[in-house]
Amino acid sequence: METKNLICICCPLGCSLSVTLKNGEVTAVSGNSCPRGADYGRREATHPTRTVTSTVRVTGGTLPVVSVKTSADIPKAKIGSVIEAIRRLSVPAPVHIGDVLLKNAAGTQADIVATKNIEVSEHA
Amino acid sequence: MKKIYDVIVIGGGPAGLAAAVAVRQQPDTDVLILERDSELGGILNQCIHNGFGLHTFREELTGPEYAARFIRQAQELKIPCKLRTMVLDLSRTPEGLLLVTAMNREDGLVQLPARAVILAMGCRERPRGALNLPGFRPAGIYTAGTAQRLVNMEGLLPGKEVVILGSGDIGLIMARRMTLEGARVKAVAELMPYSGGLQRNIVQCLEDFDIPLKLSHTVVDIQGKDRVTAVTLAQVGPERKPIPGTEETIPCDTLLLSCGLIPENELSSRLGVDLSPVTGGPQVNESLETSVPGVFACGNVLHVHDLVDYVSEEAARAGAQAAAYAREQGNASLPSAAVPAVPLIPAGGVRYTVPQLVRPARMEDTLPVRFRAGRVFENCLLSVWADDVCILRQPKRKLAPGEMQQFNLKKSALPADLKAITVKVEEA
Repeated sequence: METKNLICICCPLGCSLSVTLKNGEVTAVSGNSCPRGADYGRREATHPTRTVTSTVRVTGGTLPVVSVKTSADIPKAKIGSVIEAIRRLSVPAPVHIGDVLLKNAAGTQADIVATKNIEVSEHA
Repeated sequence: MKKIYDVIVIGGGPAGLAAAVAVRQQPDTDVLILERDSELGGILNQCIHNGFGLHTFREELTGPEYAARFIRQAQELKIPCKLRTMVLDLSRTPEGLLLVTAMNREDGLVQLPARAVILAMGCRERPRGALNLPGFRPAGIYTAGTAQRLVNMEGLLPGKEVVILGSGDIGLIMARRMTLEGARVKAVAELMPYSGGLQRNIVQCLEDFDIPLKLSHTVVDIQGKDRVTAVTLAQVGPERKPIPGTEETIPCDTLLLSCGLIPENELSSRLGVDLSPVTGGPQVNESLETSVPGVFACGNVLHVHDLVDYVSEEAARAGAQAAAYAREQGNASLPSAAVPAVPLIPAGGVRYTVPQLVRPARMEDTLPVRFRAGRVFENCLLSVWADDVCILRQPKRKLAPGEMQQFNLKKSALPADLKAITVKVEEA
């Protein structure tokens, strides 16, 4: 038996959740005020995921970096390796919202997608 | 003859864009956006994290993506914009028009007449000078938003070992951002006994990276002659005064400040717009019109918001009202000052309301009223009073100053001889 204490992030109430696990399986969630809280507690205690946002170097653009996100939530434990993969990238301008800059980042199945338009600089 | 615009919008961020789109959606109403930056979108361009748009688009977007949706709408409606254009002054002509004085490289100094003006200039961060922080004045002290721009738009990392003062959302977001970029964030100190940021940001920006949040703490010393070398934190007591003996010196090269936002109202006050001492923004009526007829306000220049979705909604209302004013003014109908107004009075735990005035005759059937609580309340009642009659009572599980609240004021609930509406929080 193991208990994880979490703060629910589903709404501003911020309920203090207590998730009970047995052999890695959730057996009970308490402290939640609604079903969404129970769901969140279950997911967060067993396989927490996050959307990662960062920036990628751009050459010849109106700005030196373009903002990016993972196309889907990735396991929390993979944040570091996804950030490493993003850091190694560099792309030429132009870049547009939705452009895939890297497929299957760090083996997560999620792509790295541009979230901003960077046009070619006239001064480059 | 010089062109007279129906509506000029000052600022091309989320508020200005949504307001201009709403103006243009009205029949035969023209609008111009004036923006000082080289692109539209305002602060959203540097807010590269996700979490925007859940209310507006029913999906989770990053800041630049949210901005792009509105920029596209503005382009589709062929709304003219002047970028890299700084508005210098706002005044009234002898004919009763509003006159916007602006400057840019192409046009030089121009004076643009308009029937109505929408203020959408946003806000700026409270700087070190306004915080009375003791210590030296070395390099390495930034507001969190400046650091955000440096990292997310200019590709620069302002420091490697970081202490953050203030736990507003920008401070929390930057704690994660600096960490992901390879810096070490050693602590986030918060003067108040609670964080001013969203719960989700405390979990995903601090706890995910084991960054300590020190509530009831402040900076009592900054060390370093040329560059920050250390910051001393101390615990504060109930009066928010540092408690001697609790000092802790943290070696670092950077201090980020996330200590509040101030609506940017230099133009408004020069024109004589009445400002609220609580919000720092204009006092407005139900139409989001300021004390100067024909001048409307929305977004963070009006009061600081936590969610951009609410900015867009509010700005769309301001846009529709400004367009209606411009049309009426063309018909030279009754001046708005002649319509009686009643005040909305914040009491018992309510810090402010927006709007601050209501003209029942001009109200639509329901009016969204936004407010903030003065401190954290749990299991309380929100009550709204028309003079001494309670017209609304809602139980609230939790109210916190960091979460803007809203209720709908029903026109049908207001008596004919109404003198004032009072909004209060009652503890159970």
